[in-house]
Amino acid sequence: MTMTTADKIQANLNKRYAAERRFRSYGLVSVAIGLAALLFLFLSIIGKGYTAFQQTYVKLDVQFDAAIIDPQRTRDPQTLARADYGKLIKKTMRERFPDVKNRRDKRKLYKLISPGAVYMIQDMVRNDPRLIGTTQTVWVPADDDVDMLIKGYINRDEPESARRLKDKEIAWIDSLAATSSLEKRFNKTFFTAGDSREPELAGIWGAVVGSFYTLVVTLVLSFPIGVATAVYLEEFAPTNRWTDLIEVNINNLAAVPSIVFGLLGLSVFLNFMALPRSAPLVGGLVLSLMTLPTVIIASRASLQSVPPSIREGALGMGASQMQMVAHHVLPLAMPGMLTGTIIGMARALGESAPLLMIGMVAFIVNVPEGPLDPSTVLPVQIYLWADTPERAFVERTSAATLVLLAFLVVMNGAAVWLRKRFEQRW
Amino acid sequence: MLNQKQAVLLESPAQTNDVPPPAPAKIQEPDTKTVGRVTVDKPIMTTRNVDVYYGEKQAIIDVSIDIAYNEVLSMIGPSGCGKSTFLRCLNRMNDTIESARVTGKIELEGHDIYDKKTDVVTLRARVGMVFQKPNPFPKSVYENVAYGPRIHGLARKQAELDEIVQTSLQRAGLWEEVKDRLSEPGTGLSGGQQQRLCIARSIAVNPDIILMDEPCSALDPIATARIEELIDELRQNYSIVIVTHSMQQAARVSQRTAYFHLGDLIEVGETSTIFTNPQEKLTEDYLTGRFG
Amino acid sequence: MSTPLLIAVLLLLTAAAFEFGRRRALQVAGSEFRTLHSLPRYYGSFTALWCALPALVLLGAWLAFEDKIITNLVITDLPASYQSLSEPELNLIINDLRNHLSGNVVSRELSPDMQVAAAHYGNLRATSEAALTVLFLSVAMLGMGLAWRKIAPDFWARNRVEAIVKVLLIICSTLAIFITIGIVLSVLFESIRFFQTVSIFDFLFGLEWSPQTAIREDQVGSSGAFGAVPLFAGTLLISVIAMLVAAPIGLTSAIYLSEYSHPRFRATAKPLLEILAGIPTVVYGFFAALTVAPLIRDVGNNFGLEVSSESALAAGLVMGIMIIPFVSSISDDVINAVPQSLRDGSLALGSTQSEMIRKVVLPAALPGIVGGMLLAISRAIGETMIVVMAAGLAANLTANPLEAVTTVTVQIVTLLVGDQEFDSPKTLAAFALGLMLFLVTLALNVIALYVVRKYREQYE
Repeated sequence: MTMTTADKIQANLNKRYAAERRFRSYGLVSVAIGLAALLFLFLSIIGKGYTAFQQTYVKLDVQFDAAIIDPQRTRDPQTLARADYGKLIKKTMRERFPDVKNRRDKRKLYKLISPGAVYMIQDMVRNDPRLIGTTQTVWVPADDDVDMLIKGYINRDEPESARRLKDKEIAWIDSLAATSSLEKRFNKTFFTAGDSREPELAGIWGAVVGSFYTLVVTLVLSFPIGVATAVYLEEFAPTNRWTDLIEVNINNLAAVPSIVFGLLGLSVFLNFMALPRSAPLVGGLVLSLMTLPTVIIASRASLQSVPPSIREGALGMGASQMQMVAHHVLPLAMPGMLTGTIIGMARALGESAPLLMIGMVAFIVNVPEGPLDPSTVLPVQIYLWADTPERAFVERTSAATLVLLAFLVVMNGAAVWLRKRFEQRW
Repeated sequence: MLNQKQAVLLESPAQTNDVPPPAPAKIQEPDTKTVGRVTVDKPIMTTRNVDVYYGEKQAIIDVSIDIAYNEVLSMIGPSGCGKSTFLRCLNRMNDTIESARVTGKIELEGHDIYDKKTDVVTLRARVGMVFQKPNPFPKSVYENVAYGPRIHGLARKQAELDEIVQTSLQRAGLWEEVKDRLSEPGTGLSGGQQQRLCIARSIAVNPDIILMDEPCSALDPIATARIEELIDELRQNYSIVIVTHSMQQAARVSQRTAYFHLGDLIEVGETSTIFTNPQEKLTEDYLTGRFG
Repeated sequence: MSTPLLIAVLLLLTAAAFEFGRRRALQVAGSEFRTLHSLPRYYGSFTALWCALPALVLLGAWLAFEDKIITNLVITDLPASYQSLSEPELNLIINDLRNHLSGNVVSRELSPDMQVAAAHYGNLRATSEAALTVLFLSVAMLGMGLAWRKIAPDFWARNRVEAIVKVLLIICSTLAIFITIGIVLSVLFESIRFFQTVSIFDFLFGLEWSPQTAIREDQVGSSGAFGAVPLFAGTLLISVIAMLVAAPIGLTSAIYLSEYSHPRFRATAKPLLEILAGIPTVVYGFFAALTVAPLIRDVGNNFGLEVSSESALAAGLVMGIMIIPFVSSISDDVINAVPQSLRDGSLALGSTQSEMIRKVVLPAALPGIVGGMLLAISRAIGETMIVVMAAGLAANLTANPLEAVTTVTVQIVTLLVGDQEFDSPKTLAAFALGLMLFLVTLALNVIALYVVRKYREQYE
C-alpha cells in the first residue's frame, strides 16, 4: 500500500512540476510586461522630449536703422514701442540672401525667423535706445520648422511636396548653418514663457504658476478640513448611523470619477456661485473636494497608529479630551498626515479632467498673477499641446510631461522621506 | 474519568507492531548530550545533530532522536523551547520561512530528507502534519479530504476517490458524524470535528508519519479526549509525533517522551520512566511544575 | 472694503479680542488667580472665537447670495423691452455689464439703456459693499463684546472653547456628505431639465448619438439625436479591453511578487510597478495617442487589417497598463489576507506552491478579488483623459476593437469644453451622461466595498 501510494505520487510528479514552472513563468512574464510598459512609456517620452530643452537660434547682424525706428529722433518711448521692428529683420534677411527676388520667396525667407524675434529687438531698443543707428549681432530664435530640420525631424529624402520645408528653404538654412549662423542653445523660453501659438515661443511657466496657485488653494482647503474630519471621526465621533454614513460617503467619494467633480464645479462654483471661469481658485476648490477623501483616509490611518497608551496617559493626567488630542495625539500623527497630504497633492497636480470642465483649458498667454486670473495648469497644458498639429509641439509636450513627472517625483520623494524620517514603531 | 485512563496507559505502555519493519540498520549511538536512549531498534526516521537557525538566532541546538514505527512520540517542554520548530523540520515546513536554516541530518527510512534529490512534495505526502489550530480549507467536507488525493493523482476514478474519502473519514472517526453533510463547508463543523477533518485530510494521502503540533490546544476537554482516542487508534498504521503543552496528554497518548528546553533536547525515554523517574533536574522541575 | 481687506481687519480684531479676553479674566480674578476655572488663554480664545466666527458666517452668506440678488435687481430694473429676452440672452447682457464695470473689453458697444443699467449695477455693488463692511465689523465687535461680558471666575471657558471646536470638527466631517449631495443635486437638476426635452427612454435605449447637429438651429434635424447606447457600448468595449490587460497581468504579477519572487526583486519591482499608478492620466493619454495608436495601426496595416488611428484597442490597452498596479495592489492585499494556516495545511499535504495558490489561496480569496476587479472596472469607466486624447468622437456602435468608438466621458468633455449655452440640450446632455456615470460607478463601488469588507471580516 505504501509503495503504491509513493509510486502513484511519483508517476504524476513530473507533470505537476511542469505545471508549477509554467505557473511561475506566467507571473514572471506579467511582471516583465508591466515593467516593460513602464520602460517603454518613459523611453518614448524622453526620446521625444529631450530635444525640446534646446532651441535653434539664428545669428543676425541687425542694423538698428534710425530711419525705421525713430525717424524724428524723439526717442519717445511711445514711438520706440510702435516702430516696425519687423522691417529691420526683413532687411537683414534680404541683405543676407541678396539672390532672393521673388515676393513669395521673400516671404518664405522671412518666415525662417521666429515672430518672437521682433519682440526681442523691440525690447533691446526700449531698454537701450543708444543702440539706434548701430549694427549689432543678435541671436534670435529660429522658426520651429528650421528647428525641426536642424534637430533632424524633417526628412530631407522625402519628396518635396510631402515636406514642410521646400528645397529652397532647406538650401537657405544650410547656407546659414554653413556660416555657423545657426546654433542650438538652451531653451530658456520654454521655462520662462507662457503659452504661444508659435512653438519656439511657447513655454510652461504660465502653466506652472497656474498649477502652483491651484495647489495652494487645494492645500489650504483640504488639509485643515481633512485633518479636522479625521480627528473628529477617530477621536470624538460616537459609533452611530450618522458616522457610518459619513464613513461610507468618504469611501465612495474616493472612488467617484474625477470628471464628476468637474461637473459639480461647473454647476455649483461657476453657474451658481458665479466665480470666474478658468481661475485657479475654482480649480483648487474642485481639486480639494477630490483630494479631501485621500487626506481624510491617510490622516485616520495615522491617528489609528498612535497607541492608546498615550491617550490613556494624557487623560490620566487630567487632560481634557481636546487637550489630549491637541497636545499628544496630533503631533504624533502629524508626519503621517503630511505624507498622505503630499501624496494627495501629487495626485491633484497630475489631475486634468475636472479642470477641463471649469474652463482651465483656455489658450492663455499671460502668466497668471493671482488665483483669480485666468490660467491653465501643467497637465492641461500638456493636453492642449498634444492636440496641436505642429511637430515642434510634440517635443514640447513631451518635455512638459518630463517637467510634470519631475515635480511628481520630487513630491513623492518628499513623502517617502517624511515617512522614513518620522516612522515610529510602537 | 481521564485520570483512570491515564493510569491505565501509564501502567501498560502498549507496544504493538502490526507492520513488520524492514531489517534494522546498524544502530550507532550518536554523540549527544541528551540523557536517555535517543535511538530505537527499528527507526522509520532518524535525526542526527540537528541545528536550526532563524537568521542569527539558534532555535534548535544539536538534537538527535529516532522515531520508531507505530509509536507515538511526544515532545514536551516550556513555550519557546523549540519543540514546534523541531517538528516542522521533519517535513521541511520550515522551508516556507525565509530566514530559517537547518543543518544536521534527518533521514526518512534511510533517505536524507534535506538532500537535493529529495522531493519536498513527496516528502510531505509521506510525512503529514496536523496544526495547532484546525485549518480546514474553505471548501466542502468532501473536497477537504479529497484535496490531497486529487493533487497527488491517487485516484483514477471517482469511485476510488469516494472510497479514499470514506476510509479516511472513518479512520479519523468522523464518518458517522458527517456522512450526510459531505457537501457542506468544512469550516461549518465544530472545533473538534474540524481538527478530526484535518487529520482525515492528512490520512487521505496515506502518510507514514503524522506530525501533530499541539493538535488539541484549541479544543475543549471532550473534543480533546476524542482526538486522544483517535491518536491511539491511528498508531496501528502510522508513526505519530505529537508536540503538546499538556503533560497529562503526553502521558496518556505516547509511548516515548522527549523533553526540550531552550532548544536543547534534555531527556528522552519511555513515557512511564520519564514521568515517574526523570534523570535530569530540568525535566523534574518542569514535570513537577516549578516552571513552564 | 474689499473681501481680503475685511478678512485682514477681522484677523487683527480677533487677535485683539484674544488679548482683551485674557486680560479681563486676569482682572476679574484679581489676586485670586486660582479661582479662575480655566487658564486665562481659554478666556482669550473664547472671546476671539466669538469675534471671528459670526462675522465669517455673515461674510460667507453675503458673498454666496450677493451676486444673485444684485443681478436679479438689475434685470428687473432693465427697460421693458429687455424683460422678454430669454435667459441666455440676459446672461450675455449681464456679462457685458460686468465686463464694462471691471474695465475689460466689451463684446459690443453699450447702448444708452445699457449705460444706465451699468451705472445702476455699479451703484448696487457699491451699496452692497458698504453695507457688508458696516454689518461685518459690527457683528465682529458685538460678538467680542458679548463674550467679554460673560467672563467671570466661575465661567467654564475651556469647556465652552472645546465645545465650539468640536462643533467645527463636526461641521468639517459633515462636508463629505455635502459634497455627495452637491454632486447628486448638480447633475440631477440639469439631467431633469435634459429629460424634459429628450425622453429618458430615447436617451437610455436610442441607438444614435449626434448632439453636434444641434449647433445650428436652422439645420435639418437640429434637435440632434441623444441615444446613448453607442456611448455605453464604447465605454464598455474600452473598459473590457482594459480589464483584459489589467486583470491577468495585475493578478499574476501580484501572485508572483508575493509568493515566488526573491525579497530583493520584490523590493525593486513592486515600487517600480506602482510608479505606473502615479503617472498622470494625461501622460497616458499622450502616450496612447502619439505612440501606441500609430504603432497598433502600423502593425495592423502590415497584417492587412483596417485599423483606425483612434482605435478602441489603443485606448483600452493603455488604460489597462494604467490599471495594472491598482489590480495588483488590491490582489496583493486580498491574497495576503488568506491566513497562513491554510497555506500550511495545503503544503503539509504535499501540494506544490502553484497547487496551493490555485486550489486553496485563490478560491479562498475569490470574493476579495472580485470586489477588487469591480473597483478596477469602475476606474476604467470613469477614466477620462486617456479616452479624450486617444479614442474617437464618432459614436460608432461596434464591438470591433480596431475601430474608433467614443465613450461617456469623452462626450461629457466634448459637450462642455469651449463656449456653451447653458440651456441647450447639448450641454444638458453632458449632465445626464454625468448622472449615468456617477450612478454606475457608485453602484460598482458600493457593491465592491461591501464584498471586500465581508471578505475581510471572514478572516479577521
